[in-house]
Amino acid sequence: MKSNAIEAPWERIGHFAVRALCVGVLAFLLLPIVAIVPLSFSSSSFLVYPVPDWSLRWYRELVESAEWIRAAQNSFIVAPAATLIATVLGTMAAVGLARVRFRGKDALLSVLIAPMIVPIVVVGVGTYLFFARFGLTDSYAGLILVHAALGTPFVLTTVSATLQGFDHNLVRASASLGAAPLETFRRVTLPLIAPGVISGALFAFATSFDEVVVTLFLAGPAQVTLPRQMFTGIRENITPVIAAVATLLIVFTTALMLALEWLRGRRATVAR
Amino acid sequence: MEAVADTMVDVRAALRRDARRRTATALLLVLPLALFLLLTFLVPIGALLWRAVDNPEIARAVPRTVAALARWDAESPAPDAAYAAFVADLLALREQTDAGMLARRLNTEVGGARSLVMNAWRAQPLPATGDAAAVRAQLIALDPRWEEPWIWQAIAKNGARLTPDYLLAAVDLKRTTDGSIVTMDADRSAFRRILARTFGIAAIVTAITLVLAYPLAWWLSTMAPRRANVLLIIVLVPFWTSILVRVAAWIVLLQSGGLVNQTLRGIGLIDEPLALLFNRTGVVIAMVHILLPFMVLPLYSVMKSIPREYVRAAVSLGSHPLAAFVRVYVPQTYAGVAAGGLLVFILAIGYYVTPALLGGPEDQMLSYSVAQYANVHLDWGMACALGSVLLAATLVLYAVYRRFARMEPALA
Repeated sequence: MKSNAIEAPWERIGHFAVRALCVGVLAFLLLPIVAIVPLSFSSSSFLVYPVPDWSLRWYRELVESAEWIRAAQNSFIVAPAATLIATVLGTMAAVGLARVRFRGKDALLSVLIAPMIVPIVVVGVGTYLFFARFGLTDSYAGLILVHAALGTPFVLTTVSATLQGFDHNLVRASASLGAAPLETFRRVTLPLIAPGVISGALFAFATSFDEVVVTLFLAGPAQVTLPRQMFTGIRENITPVIAAVATLLIVFTTALMLALEWLRGRRATVAR
Repeated sequence: MEAVADTMVDVRAALRRDARRRTATALLLVLPLALFLLLTFLVPIGALLWRAVDNPEIARAVPRTVAALARWDAESPAPDAAYAAFVADLLALREQTDAGMLARRLNTEVGGARSLVMNAWRAQPLPATGDAAAVRAQLIALDPRWEEPWIWQAIAKNGARLTPDYLLAAVDLKRTTDGSIVTMDADRSAFRRILARTFGIAAIVTAITLVLAYPLAWWLSTMAPRRANVLLIIVLVPFWTSILVRVAAWIVLLQSGGLVNQTLRGIGLIDEPLALLFNRTGVVIAMVHILLPFMVLPLYSVMKSIPREYVRAAVSLGSHPLAAFVRVYVPQTYAGVAAGGLLVFILAIGYYVTPALLGGPEDQMLSYSVAQYANVHLDWGMACALGSVLLAATLVLYAVYRRFARMEPALA
C-alpha cells in the first residue's frame, strides 16, 4: 500500500513480509516451468541437476522419433480444425446474444458455458458412449468435434466481453448507408471485434492443444496427440525427450500468450 | 387527434415488431452453437446418465424367466414355471456371445453365476421340455446349485429395464433381495471414501490457493496498472503452459534427487530425501500450481475496484490498521473469495491427470475411478454411475457459483 510518512516499524516489517510472500508465490508459479528447460539440453539421460554437459541429443531423438512426429502432426490437425469450428460458432452466438434480452437467456448462457465446468472425464465417457454408435470413436472427426465443443465457451465469453464496448450506432450508420446486414458484419463489426475473436480462438486452440482426457477415451492409435503421447511417456518412463517436448511447448504457448497480451493491449487502445 | 393516436399505435407496433425480429435474429445466430453443443456435449452426457441406470442384459436375454418370477417372493423355492421359462429362454439364445453376456452380467451380481449359466446353455436342448417339473429336475440334475434361490434372486432383481443399483453402489448402498436399501458391507464399499477424498483434496487445494493468492492479488491491486500487468503475465504463463508440461516439471523437481530435495539437503534442513512424489504432497503441490491463477484473477479484479478511502477513513477514526484491514477491507473482497474459491473447488473435484501421474493409489480422485471402471473393468454401468455422481456434485456447485459470482468463469 502507499507508504505513509508515519509508518510504524512493525508495519514496515509486515509489508516486507507480504511482499516477500508474493515474490515467493510468483517464483512458485514460474520456476518449475523454467527449471525443466535446461535439462532438455543435458547430455545425461537422467533428469537431474547439475547438468554434466550440454547437448542437443534429445532434440535429435525427438525429431527422429516417428511417434512424436506423428503426435505433433495430429495435434496440428485436431487443434486448428477444432479452433475453426469453435470460433465460428462461438462468435455467431456472441453476436446474436449481445443486444437482446429474453426469458431464459441466463439459463441458455449457463448451458453454453457448461463445457468449461463439466468434469472432463464425464465428457470423455459420455462422448465415447454416444459417438461409438456413429463410428466416431478412433477418428479425427470425433476428436475434433468434442475439442471444438470444449473451446466454444472461451470464444463466447471473450467475444461477448469485446462486444460490451462496441458502439452499436456504427451498425445503424452502416445500415442507413445501404449496407446489407452481412456486409455490415464483415466490414464494420468484425474488424472492430477482431481482437476478441482472435483471443477467443487462441483460448480454443490452447484448450484443444492441451486436452488429454477426452483423447484418452476417443482417440485410436492413429490419433495420438502431443499431450496423449506425453501422458504415456510420463506414465511409463520419463526421459529427457519429455523435457525437450516440454521446452518446445513452453516456447510455443508463451508465444501464443504474448500474442494474446498484445491483442489485449490493442483492444484497450481501440476502446479508447 | 385520431391520426396521431393511429400513428402512435403504428409506432408501438413497429417497435414491437422490431424487437421480435431482433430476438429472432439473435436466436437464429445462437442456434448453430446450441445444436452443436446438443450433439457433441449434451446428448453424450445424457448417454452417460442413461447408461448409469440402463440394465438391458437380463431383461433382453431371459424375458420369459423374468415374467415367470414376477410374483415370486424371492425366498421360497423358485416356481417350476421359472425353470421351464429359463430353459425356453436359453434355447432362444442362438449365439454363444448372447449367453456369455447374460452369464457375465449375472456374475457381476453373484459369483459363480457364469459357469452355472454357461453349463446350462451348453447342455441345451434338454431331453424333456414339455413338463415344467421335469425341466426343473433335469436342471438340478445338471448342477444342484439350480435348486438354490440366489441365481433366481439375481434374475428377478435385474428383470427391470432400469436399475438403481449402479447409482446406489456409487454411494456404497445396495438393494437387498426384498427391495430395501442398505449400506454395503465395509469390505466391498470404497466409493464414499473416494468421494470424501475427492472433496478433501479439493478443499485443501482451495484453502492453499486462497492463502497464497490473497496477498498476491492484493499486492498486484496496489500497483500501477502497467507494473501489475507485467507481473500478471507471470501468473498467466503457467496457466497457458500445458498441464502435462507442468506435471513433467514437478516430477523433475520433486523426485528424490530433484532440485527441491537437493536444495533442502544443501542447506542442511534434511538428511534423507523427502518423499514428495507419488503421494498426497505431490498431488496437492501440482494442483495448487495449476489452479492458483484461477484464484488470483477473480480476487485481483475485485480488489482493483475497491476504493482505498474506506480503510483510510477507518484508520483516521482511530482503528488499528490491521483491524481496519480485517474488518473493512477483507469483507469487501468476499465476492472475489467466493468466486475464486468456488471456481477452484469445482475444477479441482474433476481432476484426473494430475493425481493419475503424480499420486499413489491412495491419492486417486473420483475421475480416476470413472476411468478405471470404463477402461480397465469395462463396467460401463458403474463408470457412468460414478460419473453421474461427479457431475451432480459439480452442477450443484456451479449453480451456487452462478448465483454468487454473477460472472462467467472466464479468465479473459
